[in-house]
Amino acid sequence: MAKRIVIVGGGAGGTITANLLARNLHHELTTGQVVINMITNTPDHVYQPGFLYIVFDKVRSEEIVRKQRDLLDSHINLFVDPATKIDREHNVVHTQSGKEYPYDFLVVATGSRIVPETIPGLAEGGHFFYTLESAKKLRDALKDFEGGKVVISVGVPHKCPVAPLEITFMLYDYFKHKDMLDKVELQYTYPINRLHALEPVANWALPQFEGKGIKYEVLFNMEEVDPVKKVLKSMEGVEMKYDLLITVPPHKGAPVIEDSGMGKNGWVATNKQTLNNESYTNVYICGDTTDIPISKAGSTAHFEADVIAERISSQIQEGSTSTRYDGKVVCFVETGFDEATYVWFNYKNPPKPTPPSKMLHWMKLGYNRLYWLSAKGVL
Amino acid sequence: MADVKIDKTVDARGAACPGPLMELIKAMKSEDVGTVVEILSSEKGTSVDAPAWLKKVGQELVSVEQKGDYWSIVAKKIK
Ligand SMILES: Cc1cc2nc3c(=O)[nH]c(=O)nc-3n(C[C@H](O)[C@H](O)[C@H](O)COP(=O)(O)OP(=O)(O)OC[C@H]3O[C@@H](n4cnc5c(N)ncnc54)[C@H](O)[C@@H]3O)c2cc1C
Repeated sequence: MAKRIVIVGGGAGGTITANLLARNLHHELTTGQVVINMITNTPDHVYQPGFLYIVFDKVRSEEIVRKQRDLLDSHINLFVDPATKIDREHNVVHTQSGKEYPYDFLVVATGSRIVPETIPGLAEGGHFFYTLESAKKLRDALKDFEGGKVVISVGVPHKCPVAPLEITFMLYDYFKHKDMLDKVELQYTYPINRLHALEPVANWALPQFEGKGIKYEVLFNMEEVDPVKKVLKSMEGVEMKYDLLITVPPHKGAPVIEDSGMGKNGWVATNKQTLNNESYTNVYICGDTTDIPISKAGSTAHFEADVIAERISSQIQEGSTSTRYDGKVVCFVETGFDEATYVWFNYKNPPKPTPPSKMLHWMKLGYNRLYWLSAKGVL
Repeated sequence: MADVKIDKTVDARGAACPGPLMELIKAMKSEDVGTVVEILSSEKGTSVDAPAWLKKVGQELVSVEQKGDYWSIVAKKIK
């Protein structure tokens, strides 16, 4: 009987894994020895880093959304039918339509999502840019904004650790271009005791903030928002007035993870090197939904997908595997509208950011287009 | 320390981002009251920063211990 690979989640990690598997296992797929089934919950594939550019009217939604079917190798079966339960004891995934998808190998790549409702008042009082709709809403609010205090605040945990700094620098340039810097006060807040989780990035950002007059409050964790009085309160006891509140709300994994008893708040116990879920050697976890204490980023999902595809292919073709994930993460960081920097690190090597340059900014813009080749497993 | 049962350990050694303090904040926000969490960190700074933050937000520091080349910070969520 054919070996069945089921991939749950058609985002960055799931799509790259599926396409790499289709390439590695081309012979087995075309001769019926392997079947790849992808289960996802929407026919569209959204390039999430594009939301940042939607806010500033720099891209249109058509540029960051593609049909999932068009991104997948034609040998991969696609089912747009949300998974409702993953049963690891019986090796089967149940879906909303009542179907069952048995598997020999499973890849769970259901990502993470914002949960503003976990902070009282935030959904009513705050703006976000982590979904297409909220990014458009923020874009419109910025167009109408006539001046005042803009507070930027960050929930824990969250994906894309560089986005809070990027939006702050881009807001600065946005107001500068609109000749509004004299009417706007930018106030950044951050959960830990420096401007960014990555120490070298935090050290680099500090003089930038000081030079640009961006205020900052560190050790600030959102506790409550009063949308009527327009006050944000932190767990540390600070109260902050705002005219426009822009936040990265805290995140959780997909509901199917908790519903399947696979991990509190949707984070799945994952071996940081093999990417297996606990002792299940046929179950792999990819991307934001792992509980590995590293950045939740598209690049993380991509490098994990490389490892998972290699491991499953080898398990099928050779009966064993030795490929391991080394914790590699790569991030481009926009430092305004026309410069960017770049960091990479892994479990053993700490990050060393490169000085910002126009070229790195163009590389980030270039990657925004090249992403579609990444998703197809080409890049 | 010996009689405190650790419910969850987060091994954040070598984790550059989001890092040990963010892992502690995550645990204190999302675990149930009564949960005892241990964070392992290879950054000496965490042995000072984590207790300071716990004090600020009124959560309980159970212990800070150097274990060779890394630190163990144990905290209990009390509210
Ligand atoms: C504003 C913003 C900027 C960002 N910028 C960057 C950046 O510059 N660099 C970077 O590396 N990363 C960036 N990211 C982060 C990056 O987009 C994510 O980390 C990445 O998409 C994670 O991939 P994933 O496969 O784990 O999850 P996702 O890509 O989110 O995919 C999860 C998939 O699972 C599906 N799914 C969920 N539940 C179910 C279910 N029950 N059944 C079936 N399918 C399901 C979802 O529909 C989705 O298709 C950014 C994110 C945002 C929001």
